[in-house]
Amino acid sequence: MCVRFNLSNDPGMSKENLVMSRASLALIVFGCFTFIAGCRVPPTSSIPDRQVPEGDPIRGRAIVASGAHGCTGCHAIPGIRARSGVVGPPLGGMAQRSFIAGQLPNTPNVLVEFLQDPPALVPRTGMPDVRVSLEEARDIAAYLYTLDAPHDP
Amino acid sequence: MLPIFIRWTPLMIRNSRSVPLLACVTLASCAGPQSALDPAGPSAASIHQLGIIMYIGASAVTLLVAVLMLVPFMRKNDSRANRKLFLWTGVLLPAVTLTALVPYVLAVGHETRTPASPNQLSIDVTGSLYWWSMSYRRTSELTEIATANELRLPVGEPVELSLRSNDVIHSFWAPNLAGKTDMIPGRVTRMVIQADRPGIYRGQCAEYCGLQHSLMAFDVIVLPRREFDAWLARLTQPVREPPAPELQQGRDLFVSIGCGECHTVRGVVESRRGPDLTQVGARRTIGAGTLPGGVGNIAAWIASAQHLKPGNAMRSYDQLEGPQLRALAYYLESLK
Repeated sequence: MCVRFNLSNDPGMSKENLVMSRASLALIVFGCFTFIAGCRVPPTSSIPDRQVPEGDPIRGRAIVASGAHGCTGCHAIPGIRARSGVVGPPLGGMAQRSFIAGQLPNTPNVLVEFLQDPPALVPRTGMPDVRVSLEEARDIAAYLYTLDAPHDP
Repeated sequence: MLPIFIRWTPLMIRNSRSVPLLACVTLASCAGPQSALDPAGPSAASIHQLGIIMYIGASAVTLLVAVLMLVPFMRKNDSRANRKLFLWTGVLLPAVTLTALVPYVLAVGHETRTPASPNQLSIDVTGSLYWWSMSYRRTSELTEIATANELRLPVGEPVELSLRSNDVIHSFWAPNLAGKTDMIPGRVTRMVIQADRPGIYRGQCAEYCGLQHSLMAFDVIVLPRREFDAWLARLTQPVREPPAPELQQGRDLFVSIGCGECHTVRGVVESRRGPDLTQVGARRTIGAGTLPGGVGNIAAWIASAQHLKPGNAMRSYDQLEGPQLRALAYYLESLK
């Protein structure tokens, strides 16, 4: 079975059909898909050092979702069922964000330290020390680094 | 259809090992801090008992009706027999059951109406949009000691509640302890509740009162008598001077930005317009069940109360500086 295309309006050519084999059609379809696939923005979360080796993102998510430390009271966190807080910055995209609290480099060590005592690192912050332990801070940091940037609408 | 029913019934009964298991699973899901199916006091227990009788009775009636519907298909039209059947199951049976049920139902929950005894603990509970004030008064003392959104009770004692409303009709409902009782503006409704098991239960406004009706909750904390007395004695004491300079800064800010226009911190500021904050740091929730307690949520509440619970009486204090917000939150959290 072949696919026929009438490519020409020229009366002289009208009887002439261009016949393409199934293989060449497949090649064109493949090319189109490759082209479209190439339009996707390459993932930016390929930053290798934003990993918290001792942190468990699942435990971290549970800590955040429990509301015990009040994370969601101030921060909008995608994927957590709570009224999104408006007091602090939204935490969607923490995996790609450059700064913590707009001042500190967003590296795992700094984030873990910040979570344990924010005012110690950023004296003017409104975020209180919510008494997060080192283990909890690692888990929460590991969880925050799973939050990719929200997609553009 | 009837033959199928007859054939399957013995099978269901033979496989009865699964029945207790199923019952256990069903009953386990009924337990909880806000469940009328998990009674913790005599009033709730009698309501629960009535409930069980009603569930079983209603199931039996449904079954009976279903079987009776099959009767016309099963036998020839015999008008005399039909009339007899109608008389027995359609008139006599309901008449007898309902007549028996009415006095029983009227007696249910009578525990909430027992007369007060002289040394009984008495608590004024006042509903406002959208929070609760709990005011303790004992006959031996004239001073009233208030707390908010939290009702502490001694275990095993009947306690008299005088229910009032400041604005619209609310309804006081702690399902584990008793049925609903309306709080009507301009009237005092009275009820006696008793908790027989120490623990934490949850109560909720049960009369739609406005935008944040669903976020008008309270905790009922049932304590052994000695712990209860110690707590009440602590509640009467004025708050002591905060030890750390940051807490003092928070206290000064609390006074200077005008929190005392609505709130009380005993010995610091006094106003009954809003919830008493003398022990706010010990509370399990902030904003009458809006958020769990703790310094983080206290800060969130101060800075965005109108966002977290739109329409409540507190404005969002969103023009503080970071360190000010922290100092306030630490100070309030230290009030225990």
